[in-house]
Amino acid sequence: MNDTLANTEKKTAYILTLPAVLLVFSIILFPIFANIWISFKEVELKDIRIPEPRVKKIVKSISDEPTKIKILYKLRNSSLIQKIRDVSFKDIFPKNFEIENLDSRCSYKKYTLKCEFGNWPAKYKENFQVILTTNDGSEIDKKKLKSIKPKLDGKSDNILLNTKFTLKNFKKVLFENEFIDLLLTTFYYTFFGTVGSIVFGILTAQMVNQKFFGRTFMRSVLLFPYVAPVVALAYTWELLLDPNSGTLNSLLLNYQIIETPINLLGQKYIEISILDFDFKLRLALTTVIMFEIWRYFPLAFLFILARLQAIPKELYEAADVDGASPFQKFFKITLPQITAVISILFMIRFIWNFNKFEDVFLLTGGASGTRTLPINVYQQGFAISDIGMGSAVSIVIVVLLLMFMFFYFKLLGKRLDEN
Amino acid sequence: MRTKNTILFSLISTFFLIFLISIWKILATLQGLSINSFNIEIIFIFGFLISLAHLGIGDKIKPFYKSIIFSSIFVFCDGYLIQKLPIWYNVGVFLILYFFINKISKYSFISLKEEYSTQVILFDFLTLFGILFFSFVILFPFYMMLVTSFKTQIALLVNPLDFSINFGQDIKDLFKSYFVIFKSYKFGKYIVISTIVSVGTVIITLLFAIPAAYAVARLNFFGKTFLSTSILIIYMFPAIVLVIPLYTIFSQLGLRNSIEGLLIVYTATTLPVAIYMLQGYFKSIPKELEEAAILDKLSWFGIITKIIIPLSIPAISSVALYVFMIAWNEFLFSLMFLDNPNSFTLSRAIQYLSGDAETPRQYLMAGSVVVTLPVLFIFVYFEKYLVSGLTAGSVKG
Repeated sequence: MNDTLANTEKKTAYILTLPAVLLVFSIILFPIFANIWISFKEVELKDIRIPEPRVKKIVKSISDEPTKIKILYKLRNSSLIQKIRDVSFKDIFPKNFEIENLDSRCSYKKYTLKCEFGNWPAKYKENFQVILTTNDGSEIDKKKLKSIKPKLDGKSDNILLNTKFTLKNFKKVLFENEFIDLLLTTFYYTFFGTVGSIVFGILTAQMVNQKFFGRTFMRSVLLFPYVAPVVALAYTWELLLDPNSGTLNSLLLNYQIIETPINLLGQKYIEISILDFDFKLRLALTTVIMFEIWRYFPLAFLFILARLQAIPKELYEAADVDGASPFQKFFKITLPQITAVISILFMIRFIWNFNKFEDVFLLTGGASGTRTLPINVYQQGFAISDIGMGSAVSIVIVVLLLMFMFFYFKLLGKRLDEN
Repeated sequence: MRTKNTILFSLISTFFLIFLISIWKILATLQGLSINSFNIEIIFIFGFLISLAHLGIGDKIKPFYKSIIFSSIFVFCDGYLIQKLPIWYNVGVFLILYFFINKISKYSFISLKEEYSTQVILFDFLTLFGILFFSFVILFPFYMMLVTSFKTQIALLVNPLDFSINFGQDIKDLFKSYFVIFKSYKFGKYIVISTIVSVGTVIITLLFAIPAAYAVARLNFFGKTFLSTSILIIYMFPAIVLVIPLYTIFSQLGLRNSIEGLLIVYTATTLPVAIYMLQGYFKSIPKELEEAAILDKLSWFGIITKIIIPLSIPAISSVALYVFMIAWNEFLFSLMFLDNPNSFTLSRAIQYLSGDAETPRQYLMAGSVVVTLPVLFIFVYFEKYLVSGLTAGSVKG
């Protein structure tokens, strides 16, 4: 009895979860495997369109002969690079039509025109023409003829499905295209973006955790950059930082803080000397990181605030009795209480920043030293139209992420053991 | 000790005052006033003197009169230094000074003697500074977005610092950018598409997620732990990795440039979050209710529709809002899958607009306002649900 109950429970559970599982697996897990497959292939953007035979039907009346009509079929192979095999053609006519000039490749039976065109090479084009007459002398309805769509079928190879593999893409990714530079840029972007957003998150959470007028309003405002659409924010920032008549540059010029406008998003390096110590700062990258911090510190803020509000008040009261200073309270009570949240946040944000595409793409498009790995996926795959290369880059991203997660969990596990 | 504390207090409060006045000056400059210098040295001297005088006078004068007197002196001197500024600017300075003196009025020589008083002062002023700084830094771009959408191309080029809006002009001129993007750039259509896609994603996601979350929360079955951990892992998974294979598959299936294609992808990417958030809530519903229902021979469908859903309306609505915002804001997939202007979503349309270097910036900003407003409105209006939804179950401990 119990057994059958458990069985029905199982069955119900599978029925309930199946739709969601199927959808997620087909859209997320399957593409990951497809990615591995594609990354070992030489595929370009133009290859992925399956070649198909196309036809355009043009109906022309013949002057002085209302019972006759000419139909022109413009046939072509849609692909510029691949052939199509065994093309077959079919078109249906109204019941009172006869064909005058039947092509040797075709047959006309039961008011249906069928043709076998054989193999079409790439770029193939043909104008195929038939002349029809009505057998009962009635006038021809051109619209009706036009409304019937001919059917074309053909076989072609799908370049994605053959079993030709190559290691060329990975070789190119790892040994050409300044891979080290790309990796470093991505690392700077990810690391400083993550650390910055967490630091600002701690500051703001600490701030909002105190009582002041307009606190709930402040909490909403702090989340604005996180919930607003990235497109709108990126373009606003672009306007703000624009070297010609952008607000920031105009303000700085107005107050005579700078003498010439700074192209914050378009300049790769800026030379800075502090105390006779010259160094080059990656300017555009720094700006992009600033945007990143601005947009994502709210998430850190929210999580840390939730944790701060859960810290028992007694801890602080006890500290007050012991005569602890505000700094001591922060470093001895608050910080230890939020380290767990911070370590989780660090991981989440690190992974997400590592894969962040939209922000950099919209701000700089990957120019002036801001090309990160995700941007490279797009550039290889769609700007250079080398799908195989794009796939290979994204596989490299996944491998790097898995490595990061592995080491991070190991480190975290070790630290937890020590405590 | 007392002198050190006094000087530190005066320094900290003075820096705070400089910050306040500077922000006010920036805002005033953006209203078209020509202010070319912050006069930091002078404000520094004044601020320092006011802080010291405040400590020196102590309670001898009523705080209210003290604030008025100090503020008036400051405004008078400031007005004398930078002349020809309108009254509203000076009123603003007066109010800032009044606010500032009220803030420092809780400190006195006695409170400065207390242990750690400098640290307390530093913390207090840092909090105040932080509130103002972050409000300014966060709200300024939004303010700029809104203002720019009401300006004309010429006005923006002539004086990029003039953010003032002339409300006296004709409504048609004021909202010109909005009329243009709706008329010439078909933004009405894009709003409809974005709405269909977002609402559709919400409905399909909930249809799939509620049963699945119920199963994960309540039923025992083989592979349950595997399922719940893989939900989390998939949630972490980078979208950029999916782009190329999905692009190729969708191209071959003819799903690119279609709403259906977007719906499928958005649903699949939001499902893990939705299931995760919902199952956390479902677990908190008392089990006894369902046990009673089982005795009444209710099927699982009945249990979900008659018990679970009515009891978890808050959680379901917060998930719905969250999914809506994700779908509405989504950019990566709409960039990859849509290249026909007839099937653009709002985000993609704005990006397309910016691709043309000739597009005036006020149109771009008007478009940005159109795409941002609904999200911010939903967020502010339903903030309570959303914030609890964002943190619930996401991080514990």
